[in-house]
Amino acid sequence: MAELALSVSGLRKSFGGLRATDNLDLDVEQGELHAVIGPNGAGKTTLISQLAGELNPDGGRIIFEGRDVTRLPAHRRSALGLARSFQITSVFRSLSALDNVAMAVQAHDGHSFRFWAQARRQPGLRGPALAALDQVGLAGRAEAVAAELSHGEQRQLEIAMALATRPRLLLLDEPTAGMGPDESGRMVELLQSLKQSHTIVLIEHDMDVIFQLADRITVLVYGRAIATGAPDQIRRNDVVRQAYLGEEHSEVPADA
Amino acid sequence: MDLVLLLEQTLNGLQFGVMLFLIAAGLTLVFGIMDLVNLAHGSLVMIGAYLAATFTGWTDSFLIGLLLALPATFAVGIITEIVVLRTLYQRDHLDQVLATFGLILFFNEGVRLIWGPVSLYSDLPSYLSGHVEFIPGAPYPVFRLVIIGIGLAVALLLYLIVAHTRLGMLIRAGASNREMVGALGVDVRRLFMLVFGLGATFAGLAGMMLGPLTSVQPGMGEPLLILAFVVIIIGGIGSIRGAFVASLLAGLLDTIGRVFLPDLLRTFLNDAAADTAGPALAQVLIYLLMAGVLIVRPRGLFPAQSG
Amino acid sequence: MTRLQFRIALVLLLMFALVPPLGALFEQPFLSYFFARIMILGIAAVSLDLILGFGGMVSFGHAVYLGVGAYAVGVLSHHGIDNGFIQFPVAVLASGLAALAIGAMSIRTSGVYFIMITLAFAQMLYFLGISLEEYGGDDGMAINRSEFGGLIDLWDPMQFYYLVFGLLALFTYLAHRIVHSRFGMVLQGTRSNEQRMRAIGFPTYRYRVAAFTIAGVMCGVAGALLANWNEFVSPDYMHWTRSGEILIMVILGGIGTLVGALLGATGFLLLEEYLPDLMDLGAQGWGEHWMLLFGPLLILVVLFGRGGLYALLTRWAIRHG
Repeated sequence: MAELALSVSGLRKSFGGLRATDNLDLDVEQGELHAVIGPNGAGKTTLISQLAGELNPDGGRIIFEGRDVTRLPAHRRSALGLARSFQITSVFRSLSALDNVAMAVQAHDGHSFRFWAQARRQPGLRGPALAALDQVGLAGRAEAVAAELSHGEQRQLEIAMALATRPRLLLLDEPTAGMGPDESGRMVELLQSLKQSHTIVLIEHDMDVIFQLADRITVLVYGRAIATGAPDQIRRNDVVRQAYLGEEHSEVPADA
Repeated sequence: MDLVLLLEQTLNGLQFGVMLFLIAAGLTLVFGIMDLVNLAHGSLVMIGAYLAATFTGWTDSFLIGLLLALPATFAVGIITEIVVLRTLYQRDHLDQVLATFGLILFFNEGVRLIWGPVSLYSDLPSYLSGHVEFIPGAPYPVFRLVIIGIGLAVALLLYLIVAHTRLGMLIRAGASNREMVGALGVDVRRLFMLVFGLGATFAGLAGMMLGPLTSVQPGMGEPLLILAFVVIIIGGIGSIRGAFVASLLAGLLDTIGRVFLPDLLRTFLNDAAADTAGPALAQVLIYLLMAGVLIVRPRGLFPAQSG
Repeated sequence: MTRLQFRIALVLLLMFALVPPLGALFEQPFLSYFFARIMILGIAAVSLDLILGFGGMVSFGHAVYLGVGAYAVGVLSHHGIDNGFIQFPVAVLASGLAALAIGAMSIRTSGVYFIMITLAFAQMLYFLGISLEEYGGDDGMAINRSEFGGLIDLWDPMQFYYLVFGLLALFTYLAHRIVHSRFGMVLQGTRSNEQRMRAIGFPTYRYRVAAFTIAGVMCGVAGALLANWNEFVSPDYMHWTRSGEILIMVILGGIGTLVGALLGATGFLLLEEYLPDLMDLGAQGWGEHWMLLFGPLLILVVLFGRGGLYALLTRWAIRHG
């Protein structure tokens, strides 16, 4: 069996009395697109933050490609090939889209204690940055200031920045958040193409998107993984249905 | 070690500490609730001192002078809040620092204009200028004991307000989560104004106590202001309890340091050098304490803010 | 740097370059003396803008490096070492080490805590300066100007002026290159969104400390120059109000433009020097209380001066082609 891309065991995180992550186990296989779903407050973003290294877990282990990264800070995980996009767009608003992505390229191009040469003129940075922008469909907006991009374009920029770090594992936190049907469709196409070359952990609310893309789904409720399996299995799972009953935005189809 | 000297200096430290607390309490409330960095808080200390000295001169009574100066300082605080500080709440801390720095310049010069550049001295009434010998062999100034008493009384008063009144509840809520208080429909503007006025009055009171001890002059509040900021960082922004504990710590550290550090330094410096270096380095101690606290507890000893 | 920024910088530098001949022409030697100080503080302001305007680090203790640089010159001079070739490198080393130490500790904090802790360290060094009886303590001590063994004579006001001018131009250009280099991009990115910088793989701490150190060294050189200009050092160089003044210069001029720092230093010091005289024109004796006007002026600049003098100049320039 190929090495797991990501192996999470016994992950725990509490905020005061609230258990955001409650003894969570999760395995992600190389090359799969593994979706994580769950009602609001299930702890999905907390999970991503711990996987990315932004948040320190109270207990448990995170193994990335055979390496224990549990105590490794975010920037070291990025160097190892773990990239993250944010649910609430988190870009460099005053810089251009190209500068944003070039920054990500620069982060993985050796150290940055270079004080003389002008960064914006370096093809070593611009080239890969433009390529990433092209991959997400933003090549035409390279010079636009990030703050002036539309919401959907900013979500695309989020992905481009994650891609520019040449990751092996992508942690995507609700990439289609706030997008209309057209934009969502484009994002799904992008993610389809990314599936060929990356392992992806995808947090999403939009069940259509999930069922188009996911190889496997894990369902999170109150910080616990209550079910993991292929989309069809999850669709038919009683425990999952119960968890989603009463959920206003439940889109789990009633029939298989 | 001379026990009497130690006791004496401990009392001095307590006295300095409660005075710092009077200043720090207002500062931490304003910072915790309104997220306002107010450098001009020290100016309120100075204004209180000037007002008290003047009213005492007019009425020939220290007590009446004090009782007149308190509401007057409150008024100055309210006016400052309405005219200048209100516009700063939404600004970032850098803007606040600079604008209130400008206020300091204005107040210092204003005071110089009204009262002249020469220091004012105020005399204490006879019933406050004596000594009491409750430590055998060491007569201790009555006035300093009164200051300690007033300081502790204010601390108690604040505790009662914060823990047992509606205003206090709003203060605690505001210090913990300021957006929520506005969302709850409280007239936030009036709350801010009141909190600031209260803080200004306490600061002024500190100045009124300080005046007879040293003198009243332009810029007298600034050294205390910096110390007060250090104190509220150590205590935790927004926490009155933290301000109290940290103020007493700071007062004791400074006073005891001043007395014993020169002796310590004499072991490897000559007398003159040790006597210069001692007091100066004693002031460094409190900054070292702050640095140390921030390393272990980045939010201070009793952080009030959640999230 | 935009074309406009470049042009403004050029005009300003030209103005500085012409002061001595103009001063000679109008028999006002005071002018060179005064503008030398403007340029020295301009260097300090540029160094602060580097970390403030581009790095987002609000240091309220930047004047401390003026003091360290000045005392490096002063202490050596006091012990008989007037050689500038020794003094200046020591000033660089001392301010660099101080900035490294202070930065390493302070940059672990952020927001108002960072402001306070930089202020605290500045106060510590200020009190240290007062405590040193040997070097004048509170009163400070007079010193000689640095000797450069015939290469340049700092006692000659002309030579001193153009040395400062040269250093100002050099440092401003260096700052410009740094800001747009890869290092500068990291700084700007960290200012904009530190969490994202870490997420994409930058160990932000070390870059911020490095920037802080560079700024400290630049300011230390300014301090060494200031000691020479004054022929005097005192702990007052490090007083927190000095730090406040440098901060005001940067804000007044326009944060994050480098040229703004120079404009701000010029504007601030011109105001400080001539506002009293202006006020005396209004009514005799008013000039003494110039702070009364200056304080509120500051407040107004903060509240309404979006972008400072630099923004004002650019708007004016655009309107007039």
